Amino acid sequence: MIKVKYEIIVVGGGHAGCEAALATSRKNHKTLLITGNINNIADMPCNPSIGGPAKGIVVREIDALGGEMGKCADKGAIQVKMLNTKKGPAVQALRAQEDKHIYPKEMLKTLKQEKNLDIKESLVEHLIVKDKKIKGIVLETGEEIKADAVILTTGTYLKGMILVGSNKTPGGPHGERDSKFLSEDLKQLGFNILRLKTGTPPRIDKSSIDYEETKLEPGDLKELTFSYDNKSYYDYKNQTPCHLIYTNNETHKIINEHLNESSMYGGYVEGVGPRYCPSIEDKVVRFKDKERHQLFLEPESNIKEDKEYGNTIYIQGFSTSMPEYVQEKMIYSLPGLKNAKILKYAYAIEYDAIDSKQLKQSLETKLIEGLYTAGQINGTSGYEEAAGQGLIAGINAALKLEGKSPLILKRNESYIGVLIDDLVTKGVKDPYRLLTSRAEYRLLLRHDNADIRLREYGYQVGLIKEDKYKEFLKKKQDIEEVYKLLKEARITPKEDINNYLKEIRSSELKDGISLYDLLKRPEISIDNLKHFIELNYNNEVLEQVEINVRYEGYIKKANKEAEKMLSLEKKLIPDDIDYDNIPNIASEAKQKLSEIRPTSIGQASRISGVNPADIGVLMVYLKRKYNNE
Amino acid sequence: MEDNIVAVSSALGIGAISIIRLSGKEVISIVNSIFKGKDLNKVKSHTINYGYIIDEKKEIVDEVLVSIMKAPKTYTKEDVVEINCHGGIATTNKILEIILTKDIRLAEPGEFTKRAFLNGRIDLTESEAVMDLLESKTEKARKLALNSLQGKTFNMIEGFRYKIKDLLSRIEVNIDYPEYYDIEIVTIDKIKEEVSKMMEELQNIIKESKNTRIIKEGIDTLIIGKPNVGKSSILNRLLDEEKAIVTDIPGTTRDIIEGQVTLNGISLNIIDTAGIRKTKDQVEKIGVEKSLYLIDKADLVIVVLNGNDKLTREDQEILEKTKNKTTIVVINKNDIEEKIEKEKLKNYTLVSTNTNSDAGIKELKEKIIELFNLEQIETKDHYYLTNVRQISKAKEAYQKLIEVEEGIKNNLPIDMVEIDLKNCFDLLGEIIGKTYSDEIIDHLFENFCVGK
Repeated sequence: MIKVKYEIIVVGGGHAGCEAALATSRKNHKTLLITGNINNIADMPCNPSIGGPAKGIVVREIDALGGEMGKCADKGAIQVKMLNTKKGPAVQALRAQEDKHIYPKEMLKTLKQEKNLDIKESLVEHLIVKDKKIKGIVLETGEEIKADAVILTTGTYLKGMILVGSNKTPGGPHGERDSKFLSEDLKQLGFNILRLKTGTPPRIDKSSIDYEETKLEPGDLKELTFSYDNKSYYDYKNQTPCHLIYTNNETHKIINEHLNESSMYGGYVEGVGPRYCPSIEDKVVRFKDKERHQLFLEPESNIKEDKEYGNTIYIQGFSTSMPEYVQEKMIYSLPGLKNAKILKYAYAIEYDAIDSKQLKQSLETKLIEGLYTAGQINGTSGYEEAAGQGLIAGINAALKLEGKSPLILKRNESYIGVLIDDLVTKGVKDPYRLLTSRAEYRLLLRHDNADIRLREYGYQVGLIKEDKYKEFLKKKQDIEEVYKLLKEARITPKEDINNYLKEIRSSELKDGISLYDLLKRPEISIDNLKHFIELNYNNEVLEQVEINVRYEGYIKKANKEAEKMLSLEKKLIPDDIDYDNIPNIASEAKQKLSEIRPTSIGQASRISGVNPADIGVLMVYLKRKYNNE
Repeated sequence: MEDNIVAVSSALGIGAISIIRLSGKEVISIVNSIFKGKDLNKVKSHTINYGYIIDEKKEIVDEVLVSIMKAPKTYTKEDVVEINCHGGIATTNKILEIILTKDIRLAEPGEFTKRAFLNGRIDLTESEAVMDLLESKTEKARKLALNSLQGKTFNMIEGFRYKIKDLLSRIEVNIDYPEYYDIEIVTIDKIKEEVSKMMEELQNIIKESKNTRIIKEGIDTLIIGKPNVGKSSILNRLLDEEKAIVTDIPGTTRDIIEGQVTLNGISLNIIDTAGIRKTKDQVEKIGVEKSLYLIDKADLVIVVLNGNDKLTREDQEILEKTKNKTTIVVINKNDIEEKIEKEKLKNYTLVSTNTNSDAGIKELKEKIIELFNLEQIETKDHYYLTNVRQISKAKEAYQKLIEVEEGIKNNLPIDMVEIDLKNCFDLLGEIIGKTYSDEIIDHLFENFCVGK
């Protein structure tokens, strides 16, 4: 039964919307989720995978904070890999091939279990705003629903436009209708609207592929999970493989011959596409010297009964906006795909987004109180980036109703913090994707320690339950115990000890040493220490100790750098500052500062075009003007 | 929590005493770590302490007075230390360099005053003056940045940075796009190989910078010789004034005395030393040790020999110690009977002088111009690393490359090793005022074909 008044309305049922709605309803706020089609909730319209470098760590962070993506992804996993294992602990990340039938089903099940959450199928076309405060929404039927806070997670549906060659069709990824007026409303309210573009490759029938001409890409032979609270759901000995193929001269020749028929090169596209996700025609044009480009054939689901995904293979690396007949030629030129049956053609999609510089760190808009945005509407791309924002927007909308200050994650605490700070401080030009290199303290933001970093916050905001929190505290306590044990246990250069060290290819002792210091040797693992001392702790605990001891020097350095940044974060800039009144700041800096309105000196110093001298002047000005401390 | 800063707060090279001022949380322990004397961590606040500054090899660099002022009753309201040292450029810079190897950075212009203000030490009216100061410095800094944007410094550092950026983005693409099989895998061995080349190049930049620093900061010229050969008198006549105490008693010139002469627009920073000779006199011994140390630091060494004496063992030792330096040998007292064996000096640039005529001094100046090619130096054209700040940043960057090497030697994984490489890149960016954070990402997408 849909009411006429909710505490919070979430507009959009994608990855951002689901996390937002779960966060607010779990925090006991009456929430309404409005989606164009209930069957498309938590759908994965592009690649059939979750995680990967940086993104996988975001999923862990969501889980540590009490979000849902990791739990559903564990249930939907059909192939799992830990990436970058040879490159060190800071950059390792989990990636799972997901069953596109199971993931959304699990998410919908979770949503339906929430007693504070209602779901409604409709399109939102207008916002009700009074005195710069959000009051509710108007549906396409004209029906009004009131709310104290609204979270927009509209994905690609704001004036969505599907492009295939010169063919343009308004709508979303599944031929759903788009919202035509909402972005006009936002424009009227003072938001700058950007036009962005993204694309997706063709899908082919899995039974029409000649796998002899492909290379097998299996998963890791291990049980791995995103969630801290899950056991794995898949049989690691029986994972669904992907396959690798390459484009060839013939493919490139076809692309070059038909280049002007593509939406992109034919001039039919207005939106700005992501740099990290180029179409195959972009790759061929920009990297002329490359003789081949690799493509992964990724299964979308093992559930044969699923009408949309049951038989499809996603050709990763082959997104294009060519007309359908050219796509056919291109696909048939690929090894193993000579007789491929195309089930869905590739397309590009254009959509409206808002300028993320018009957001606060809490993801509340600066213009309208109580209005929050998350996901592609903020200019990002990626399921994980969307979910991370959705969770934070949900938490903060709820905290606001509770009269509490928002949860703002810092750059040295989480990738989600890096993502949001980048969005609100730098804005986006092309759709934003998280990369590990965007984090300056990535050694601190590891896959293994997301719970250590964030679970406390999850508990404080009420999304982590008492029992899970107790488990977490026990883990922390165990870690401290192991440190203590290793510091107290000393070994001396006795013959049997040195013999053992020789055996594991470590150098012999000349003096006594604590096990703690011995662990600093790169060739010594914490398992080796079990030769000297009993360590009855679970692997997660021992892993934390091993990483923290072995890389202690580097971690200390990173923490010190982070502290410097934090001291600047603590220097706050009042809301009412008028940059025009500060005489000695360079005009470019003045303009950027007025536009972005950073909340701290730290944030101000990350704005491009604001140099250290401007920051110096600003600090002196603030001290002079607000000299009351 | 402010970091530690240091600056020379008296005008460099002017005056008999220089003051190096430090402010911040750890400055007392920093100075204590290079100080020979009382334990400064234990002395009372607002005390002056006598002792020596020592270098990394524990050798004495200078005899100093160190004032310890603990927070909050100080100029900046933080812990402040002031080192009063002998006012020569070489000595002051050396002490500054030693301090900068610690966890401390060079202060920005006006930063002490800025901190004094921010920490509530200065009142509102005074703050206007601070704003003015910052403004003028800011304007200057901006112009300077603009200048070097077009200059050779920029191109040179940018060229070098490009190599690091390229290596970094090749590492990053492996990390962020791990399954691209056609992209080169940057192995630890490959990093090691490229970093070792970078180290050589950066080392050269630093060395070259020291050469061209001459243009900005002058030629550090050391006058050296055994006692009583007339060093001070040569100094005086170069300077045209009575600075050094000239006496016939060997060993009276105990302090290092300096002055500046301008030759073709380049300044000679002249250092006269206590004569080098074997001595048991403690005070003079410091002077002698310092002389040997200064030989190493000097750009030009003028060895003064007594013309009416045969070359002694001491003379030969001095010549031996200076053999790798740019050296001019001055044969003094040529108005008295010449006994020196000139044939033993035929490999040196020789000048003869005496106290009664200026001819020899004129010839000496000409030889210096010739040796340093001063006629051809176009001072405006030079944009090498021209100041202590830039050179100290470059050295810090070099240190990071050493840490990369050490990380590799200790078998650390790429993600750790890369941290130091990234820091090196950032430090070089600070030299040319470039701190754009997405540079590496931009480079990555320009050069690699990745994405779904």
